[in-house]
Amino acid sequence: MDKTIDLVENTEKTKTYIGFWIYIMTDCVLFASLFAVYAVLHHNTNGGPSGQSLFSMPYALAETLILLTSSFTSGLSMIAARNNHKNKVIFWLAITFLLGASFLYLELHEFNHLVQIGDSWRVSGFLSSYFTLVGTHGLHITVGLLWMAIISLVVIKRGLTKGTIKGLTLLNIFWHFLDVIWIFIFSVVYLMGHIGL
Amino acid sequence: MNYFAGILGLLTIDAFKHDLVQYFGVAVMTLSAIFAVLALTYFKRWKWLFGEWLTSLDPKRIGVMYIAVAVLMLLKAGTDAGMMRLQQSISVGNNQGFLKASHYQQVFSAHGTTMIFFAAMGLMFGLINIGVPLLIGSRDVAFPFLNSVSFWLFVSAMLLLNTSLAIGDFSGAGWLAYPPLSELQFSPSTGVDYWIWSLQIAGIGSLLSGINFIVTIIKNRAKGMTLMKMPMFVWSVFGSMTLVIFAFPILTVTITLLYLDRLLGMHFFTGAGGGNPMMYVNLIWAWGHPEVYILILPAFGIFSEIVATFSRKRLFGYTSMVWAIWAIVLLSFTVWLHHFFTMGSGADVNGFFGIMTMIIAIPTGVKIFNWLFTMFRGRIKFASPMIWFMGFIILFSIGGIAGVLLAVPPADFQLNNSLFLVAHFHSMIVSGVLFGYFAGLTYWFPKIYGFSVKDKIGKYAAYFWIVGFIVAFVPLYILGILGATRRMNHYSSSLGFQPLFIVAGIGVLIIGAGLFIQLIQIITSIRDRKKLQDKTGDPWNGRTLEWSIPSPAPEYSYAILPIIKERDQFWNEKQDENNSKIQKKFKNFSMPKNSYLGLVIAFFAFSLGFAAVWHILWLFIFGLLGIISIIIIRSLDENRDRLVTFDDLSKVDQLALGKEQ
Repeated sequence: MDKTIDLVENTEKTKTYIGFWIYIMTDCVLFASLFAVYAVLHHNTNGGPSGQSLFSMPYALAETLILLTSSFTSGLSMIAARNNHKNKVIFWLAITFLLGASFLYLELHEFNHLVQIGDSWRVSGFLSSYFTLVGTHGLHITVGLLWMAIISLVVIKRGLTKGTIKGLTLLNIFWHFLDVIWIFIFSVVYLMGHIGL
Repeated sequence: MNYFAGILGLLTIDAFKHDLVQYFGVAVMTLSAIFAVLALTYFKRWKWLFGEWLTSLDPKRIGVMYIAVAVLMLLKAGTDAGMMRLQQSISVGNNQGFLKASHYQQVFSAHGTTMIFFAAMGLMFGLINIGVPLLIGSRDVAFPFLNSVSFWLFVSAMLLLNTSLAIGDFSGAGWLAYPPLSELQFSPSTGVDYWIWSLQIAGIGSLLSGINFIVTIIKNRAKGMTLMKMPMFVWSVFGSMTLVIFAFPILTVTITLLYLDRLLGMHFFTGAGGGNPMMYVNLIWAWGHPEVYILILPAFGIFSEIVATFSRKRLFGYTSMVWAIWAIVLLSFTVWLHHFFTMGSGADVNGFFGIMTMIIAIPTGVKIFNWLFTMFRGRIKFASPMIWFMGFIILFSIGGIAGVLLAVPPADFQLNNSLFLVAHFHSMIVSGVLFGYFAGLTYWFPKIYGFSVKDKIGKYAAYFWIVGFIVAFVPLYILGILGATRRMNHYSSSLGFQPLFIVAGIGVLIIGAGLFIQLIQIITSIRDRKKLQDKTGDPWNGRTLEWSIPSPAPEYSYAILPIIKERDQFWNEKQDENNSKIQKKFKNFSMPKNSYLGLVIAFFAFSLGFAAVWHILWLFIFGLLGIISIIIIRSLDENRDRLVTFDDLSKVDQLALGKEQ
């Protein structure tokens, strides 16, 4: 009897995981479309600045390192969950949250800076696509942070149940996925922009 | 920068001022809504409606609701079609017709948008909801609540689209809203925003459905049903939903970028400022071309089931059918440029896409021949689903040949944006998609309601549709070759188009008569439901699993889940006379509880969409927070299921099981 219940729960769990992976795939297509738009428009500066003159490499590198580290710490929270260390899970989630929030702060700070010096999204096709591509990633980070905050509260309240571990796993998939997307943004937008490709 | 202005945003009293034709439409809509509310109150059916239908997570019920909404939208967009035909029949020379140019633009934009997103997609998701779980021997879809959310997003998108009739106006930029016309500079009213947000909400609903049904097909199949034992309808839905998950994110991005252009003054698709209008056309067709295959594949699947059932033969060339579906899935992403050969990509690019377009006709041809070979030497029963099929296979082939003709770039340069093209894609979508869904509705009706619809009236309806289609669209093929462009609200009498337009108008009247006969068919069948009752559960002598359970199918569909050993197992069991059914024991199982949260999400999604159209900041935040809270509430709810025991089963099932045990 217990075995059959386990079996049912397992199929339910795999369903959620497969469904979530497919969702991630659709998000991939979404970003792919935005990257394609950026690729088409990134030379259309309309007399405004180009990526080469705008982007600061140390700044982008700092953002990258912070986000990569957050991915590592969120992985640590997953290991802690597997080992059933509730407090460690909360600790690593908190660290991940702080890192994610500082990444978001840096990104918004850069956006604000660009708008202040008069290089907003209204200037050119290049800047429209830059703000939209990077901003969509930022929006995903925001959703991830909200999710992280809520799941931390649930873990504190309910402990490490099957349900919360499932939620943590999904969150981790999401967070690592955002990391991968950021690596592409770093390469395509900042690195290639820096050398003027 | 006044993105979100004032408490009512851009909404002023001017938004409620219309001309007479529109007031009439608004009055009809409002009166029917009031009538529906009064009827529900008078018959004391609110509780029934809410408890049994609106909050239901049963895919069969959700499917029926999809179909109900879609039929309403079919009638609405059909009226648009009638208005266009009337306008083009009379608006010659000095006569300007009865629609102003600006209103005519809105009518053809609304016709296309409504037909594709709300009539065709609605019927498709309705039939998928009904068919897929039953055909794979499952009690439910993989994510029942998500399914309800998809449906309710579809409803709120539909409401948003129709709100544009009463408040403000609708997009006049065609069903795909090409920029620069759809940009703020040339379409300053909120019509295009209505179009964007209606599609955005419906599109997200479709995307969620796509994920849901893929997981359902992967994980919920009955024990022993390997992929190559699945019924062909399930394969076709698998292909179609795969297209959904790859294509719909592109739509989401494209119309979001258009909205950003309009709201924040970005330069994605503007003529100036470094934007690129042709990029929009590329992106929208990278979604749009797969979209037509999303619609047609399930129709192919329905026909595959119907032809095999009514020919009393197993489907010819099962494996080649499966490969044809996946070839279509793959190729449908490599042909989008054929919608705009005239963009000027050069001979090489046009040549490539022309050839790919011709190649995609091959798997479709494979399917056509497989159906014909299935019929060959079968004992064919020409019930009304088969009449739809016969109409389909002739008209669809003609439309397909016209499509291959259009795939030749030099020919396309002559015919691009002409009525020849309009006639071509209506051949595919009316006689392909719509006929398929009508056949499916007749076919599965007894399984859902427990009684069949009158077959003879159904046949008359099909004949009217087929004849009407020919009378309405053959003139358009000819007009297209004569040089008539699409979307004309007026033309010179010297062109000599008028007689053909009048013939086309008569054709639409015949189609309207067909639609009317279908409504009569439903009404009289409901009246005589006792006589038409399906007592066996297998009215058509079917081949697939859904006919092994009683009609109407109970909420849980299968009291005992079937175990599959071969294709067409139910049919083979019926043929085997000394077939002794293996004793299977009933085990308790769990079903999802009803949930009203889908309905609430629809309310918030509508608020969000309306706020985005009219730039009402507080309402936008309200809708957004609402949706987020519902998601959180639902994900924290651990008490979602209820247990079904022997006592909860329907009488029929209890009797059947009791006998065996």
